[in-house]
Amino acid sequence: MGLIEACRATIAANSEHLCALDRAIGDGDHGTNMRRGCEAVSAEDASVSALPLPDALEKIGLTLVMNIGGAAGPLYGTLLMEMGRKLRVPDEERDFPSALKQAINAVARRGRSHAGDKTLLDVLYPVQDALAHRLPLTDIARQAELSAELTAAMRAMRGRASYLGDRSIGHVDPGASSCALLTTAICRYLEEYRPV
Amino acid sequence: MNGNRPNVGIVIVSHSPLVARGTADMVRQMVGDSVPLAWSGGNSHGELGTDARGILNAIEEAWSDAGVAVFVDLGGAETNSEMAVEMLGLPRSKQVSICNAPVVEGAVIAAAEASGGASLTKVVATAEELSP
Repeated sequence: MGLIEACRATIAANSEHLCALDRAIGDGDHGTNMRRGCEAVSAEDASVSALPLPDALEKIGLTLVMNIGGAAGPLYGTLLMEMGRKLRVPDEERDFPSALKQAINAVARRGRSHAGDKTLLDVLYPVQDALAHRLPLTDIARQAELSAELTAAMRAMRGRASYLGDRSIGHVDPGASSCALLTTAICRYLEEYRPV
Repeated sequence: MNGNRPNVGIVIVSHSPLVARGTADMVRQMVGDSVPLAWSGGNSHGELGTDARGILNAIEEAWSDAGVAVFVDLGGAETNSEMAVEMLGLPRSKQVSICNAPVVEGAVIAAAEASGGASLTKVVATAEELSP
């Protein structure tokens, strides 16, 4: 099983849960949207896997933009496309933490969001921090899960949930949750296959 | 068209294909066919959502050298529209404005303004006056 399949499988298995989270504070389709996006990437698995990493990341990003069909499309799409662009820059192509950091900043600009706004950024920033400190993969995954849970206490400042104001408090953000699921799937995959 | 000068184009983006089409229909009936007009509604499967490629196609369809004003409903419509504008590429992306205005009223007022040959800046400003 490849990394793309691992991501697709975790989203498919949790699609209902993500929809339920989104029904509480959004429009209820985050699971369906993420599933459709992951399936579209999965359908291109063979051609994507044959590409150099920067090109693969950009292609996956564009596929997500085209297929998710909600705000998550441009956000996840920007994350991957920017990573691809950064990792293509000569002399920087091996600096994964720096590429991730710049890509996360691009996501923040795209969504005009900050840490604490109850979005996927509230998982991405801690994950990037854990990565920069070279924490073990299992700790990075745990950090992602904890960070997603912490969004429950936050008041949504962006997206459909922000219309609910204080009523958004008490619910985990669906985007933060899908982001934690994907991070965990990626960490588990890397832990298992230990690439050089 | 106003003389030889092209009029600003209008694009309507909604999560709902019915809302997008209905709004475009309303603009057409109220303003006539003097402005290039296109809509994109729903995701690529026609369900509620927005579709960056669909929006890009709509911008191409309503393209005018005077520029294009885009009207969006909720969150994802705006982010996906920004994505579509980037995909349009320079220099044309500089001539597209995503308006901070209500989608129906904004589109009608913008189209009325555009039909008189107003510049993109003026069209956008007029529509955005609707937002506090």
